[in-house]
Parts: sequence; C-alpha cells; structure tokens
Amino acid sequence: MTGSAPALRIEGLHKSFGDLAVLRGIDLDVAQHEVVCLIGSSGSGKSTLLRCINLLEPIDAGRIVIEGDEITAKGVDVNRIRRRIGIVFQAYNLFPHLRVIDNVSLAPRKVLGLSRAAAEARATELLDRIGLADKAREYPDRLSGGQQQRVAIVRALAMQPDLLLLDEITSALDPELVAEVLNLIRELAGNGMTMLIATHEMSFAREIASRVCFLDAGRILEIGPPAEMFSAPRQPRTQQFLQRVIDAGRL
Amino acid sequence: MTPGAERPPGRARVAADRRRRRSRLGIGEGGGRALVVAAVSTLIVFGGLGLVVVNAPGWPQVQDKFLNGRVFAESFPLIVSAFWVNVRLFLIAEVFILILAMVVAVARSLPGPAFFPVRLLATIYVDVFRALPGVLVIFILGLGIPSLRIPGLPADPFIWAVVALTLLYTAYVSEVYRAGIESVHPSQEAAARSLGLNRGQALQYVLLPQAVRRVIPPLLNDFIGLQKDTALVSFIGVVEIFRQSQIRQAGAFNFTPFFATALVFLIVTIPLARSVDWLLARERNRRVAGVNPGVGPGVTVAGPTVGAR
Repeated sequence: MTGSAPALRIEGLHKSFGDLAVLRGIDLDVAQHEVVCLIGSSGSGKSTLLRCINLLEPIDAGRIVIEGDEITAKGVDVNRIRRRIGIVFQAYNLFPHLRVIDNVSLAPRKVLGLSRAAAEARATELLDRIGLADKAREYPDRLSGGQQQRVAIVRALAMQPDLLLLDEITSALDPELVAEVLNLIRELAGNGMTMLIATHEMSFAREIASRVCFLDAGRILEIGPPAEMFSAPRQPRTQQFLQRVIDAGRL
Repeated sequence: MTPGAERPPGRARVAADRRRRRSRLGIGEGGGRALVVAAVSTLIVFGGLGLVVVNAPGWPQVQDKFLNGRVFAESFPLIVSAFWVNVRLFLIAEVFILILAMVVAVARSLPGPAFFPVRLLATIYVDVFRALPGVLVIFILGLGIPSLRIPGLPADPFIWAVVALTLLYTAYVSEVYRAGIESVHPSQEAAARSLGLNRGQALQYVLLPQAVRRVIPPLLNDFIGLQKDTALVSFIGVVEIFRQSQIRQAGAFNFTPFFATALVFLIVTIPLARSVDWLLARERNRRVAGVNPGVGPGVTVAGPTVGAR
C-alpha cells in the first residue's frame, strides 16, 4: 500500500488467442476510488482486458500493477492477488449446487480462513444490504436474474477487494431487472469502490464514470471524462460507435 | 437468454414439458382413457406371449427342469446365503472403486507439462483395463499371482476377487467422473479461481460436487454392472451365488437353481435402480422450481477456457 500509487496501472498489455490479437498495447491508469467505464463494440477486447487483470488469462506482454505491486511478475502467488481483485461476470457464474449464503461465504472461509460463523455473518450483512437476506437459504436457480447478479456482486465484495471488475453485468438481464443491479453499482461507487466496468449501458456510463474509455480493435482509442466523450468525441471511430448506439436508442 | 424465472409463460411451458417427459413409463397425460388403453394393450401383449410359452410342446419338460418348485425350495436358502459373499464383494470393491476412480479422474485432468507423466500413467491404466475382458483379469490375478507364492501376499481368492473387480471398474468409473468434471462449464472454475480459491479448492468445493451429482445415474449403472460381474469370480474358486447355484444344479440335475439366482439379482437390482431415480427426481425438484438446471442462463464467458495458472 503506497497511498499515492494508482489502484491499477496497465502498461503495454498485449494478448493474443493464437493468431488473433485481442489486446494490442493497452496503457491505462485507474486512480483510487475512480470508476472507469470501458465501452466499445463486441470483440473490441473489453472482457479479455478484465480477465487479464484478474489473471484468468495469461498475458503475452506488458505489466499490470495493483497499488504498486506488479501482479504479472514471475513467481507471484496468483491466488493471493485474486483476493484483492473482485470480478463479476455477465452470466453471474453463481455456484448452482450451493445455497446463496454458501455462495457468498465459501471464499471468505476457504481463502481468508474465516470461521463459518464469521463468514456467514459477513455474508448475511452483505445480503441484508442488497435486500436479499430472506433468500440466503435458497439455491441460485430460484432467484431472478437480477437477484442472481446482485448475489454475484456481493460474493465478490465478501472478499473485500481493492478493485472490482464488472464484465457486462447487465447484458444477460431483462430490461426491467437492469435497474436493480445498476443501483447497487451506483451505491458502491458512492462508497468509493474502485471499479473498472465493461458496459453497453451508455447512459449509466455517462452518469457513473469518472472517465470513459473507448476500446477499438484491442487498443484504447480515446479516453476522457464522460461529458466530453459522449458529447464531443474526437476520434471518427468513437463518433461512429456512439452514433450507432444512439441510433439503437441506447443513449 | 434470461432464466425462465422471469418469464412465467416460458416457465409454465418448461414445467409442462417436464411433466410430460417425467410421466411414469411414458403412459402420457390423457388421464383415465390413456390408462385403460395402456392396461388393455399390455394385457394383450404379455398375455399373448404367456399363452405361446405355456402351450409350447416342450413346456412341461422346461417347467420341470427350470421352474421346479421342489428344487427351488431346497436350493433357494443356500443360494441366498451364498449371495452374501457377492454382497460383501461388491460393497468392499465399490468403496475402493469410488475413491480410486476419483483419484484417477483428477490425475487425468491435471494441467500443464509437469504433470504429463501422471496423466500418461493414468491414461495407460484406463486404456488397458477397459480393453481387457473382465474374466481374464480375474483369472490372471486370482490364479496367477497366488501361484507365484510370493511370501506375504495373500492366497485368499476373495481378496484377489476384490482387487480384480476394483482394478476393472475403477477404469470405467474414472471415465464417468472425468466426463462429469468436463461437463461443468469452465466459467464455474473461472468464478471459483477469481475469488482466490486455488485449483485444488476449486475442484473440491465447486467442480467435483457438481460433477458427481451429474454422473450419479451412470455411476449407478456401473454399480449394477459390478454387482452382476461378481458372478465372474466363481471362476477362481470363490463360492458365491453363481458357484453355489452350479453346485445345486449339478446335484439335482435341474436348472431351477439358476432361475433362483436370476431372481435374487432381479430382486436386488431393480429396487436399487428405482430408488436412485427417485432420489434424483427429489433432488431436482428441491433445487429447481421448473427452471432449467445448470449454470444460470445459457450465456458463455468470452474467450477460451481458463488459463492453466
């Protein structure tokens, strides 16, 4: 913890799947308590970038530094690093064989070594905060998509991460369920959680982001405050992308 | 691609599909009339078959040689008591099989070049024992190894029968486990690892519990197969149910003891299969309320499978 260091620093990140270069030189700093939204069309590399930061994908070149510690260095303990970085997936990825309370308390128990009672107390408090304490004993399949996604978010929060990565977390939801999930993210941002959010919800990005980052073909083409990005984008590709989004009625 | 929970019509449709599929023996949903039709056609088919058999020219001799009440009454208690040897055999073997097969399955799915020798050994073992006829393995182990007269090695054919059946069935069951592990979506491992669980913990708490639940029906099939294959160890001198029925058959010049043996296997196996079906249905109903089971919606996570770190 070196106070002034950015929460996340990415330098020259490259990632290919076989011949397909997905990330082609990403440089990005995210300050403490900052919310950065990644926008861009499907296949622009948003999800891959998030998965690389969580070390779910090995990277080909570059460095990722979390609060001054390089996590892409040789010989680092990936399990120890993942505790500090929470990720929430588009498809929730809750554990279907575990009750909601166990979904949330599993990692605190097994990874942080909390007692069952302590881990369940933490989980219950979190579930209570999102109004799902009464669902603690249910299996995920019994919850709506919005409820499942909120459980997935508190499952990540239960590890008390320094940084939260959100990968298109509303894309699998019915429109009327999107709001409940976004409200929770809004609350987290208000509490100062550092977040990197890949999203297609442009109005949400505009409202919540400190900065918006436009990804195109594996590069960050443009980055800036949302007001600037959405009203006066400089790059033709950004303009084109936002025009398509407006045409689709999503802004 | 949202889960059915949010779309009541879809949910009702899925539930109706389920009911239709689940209706016992597929008699259908037509209510009373369907039941009557099913009963009448069953009576005609099976009654007709029965009449053909009973009116066959050789029936009296067959009845005397295969279904002889007196021989049955004499041999049945002996056969049942010999069956306890089989029960002990398959219960002991099954415990070893379930444990060792898990070890082999996990060994075969270890990632990375460092584990290549482990994967290779496990693969060779599985290939060899699935390729060999069971009766050969039983002969080789049950007659061959005791003949070596290595001091310290047991000569009891029962022990070698357990070893042979365990080696044979572990190969099959490990493949069942492995299929189960591979059927769990990679996003589950990604989710577990992203929370900081290491690979072993992800296997133990997330992947294996889901995998084992999915493979209970095929595991039961193998368990039933094992029960029946316990009869093969009669060839190495274990006096179990089949050997006992051969002895009775030879003594009485009558095949009824074989019929009694068949009856014992039916009585034990069919309720077992039925009760596991029932357990599975109960589990499914408890966990899922008319929604597709599995990992949330059918959306997959971008990118290839989880890195091997």
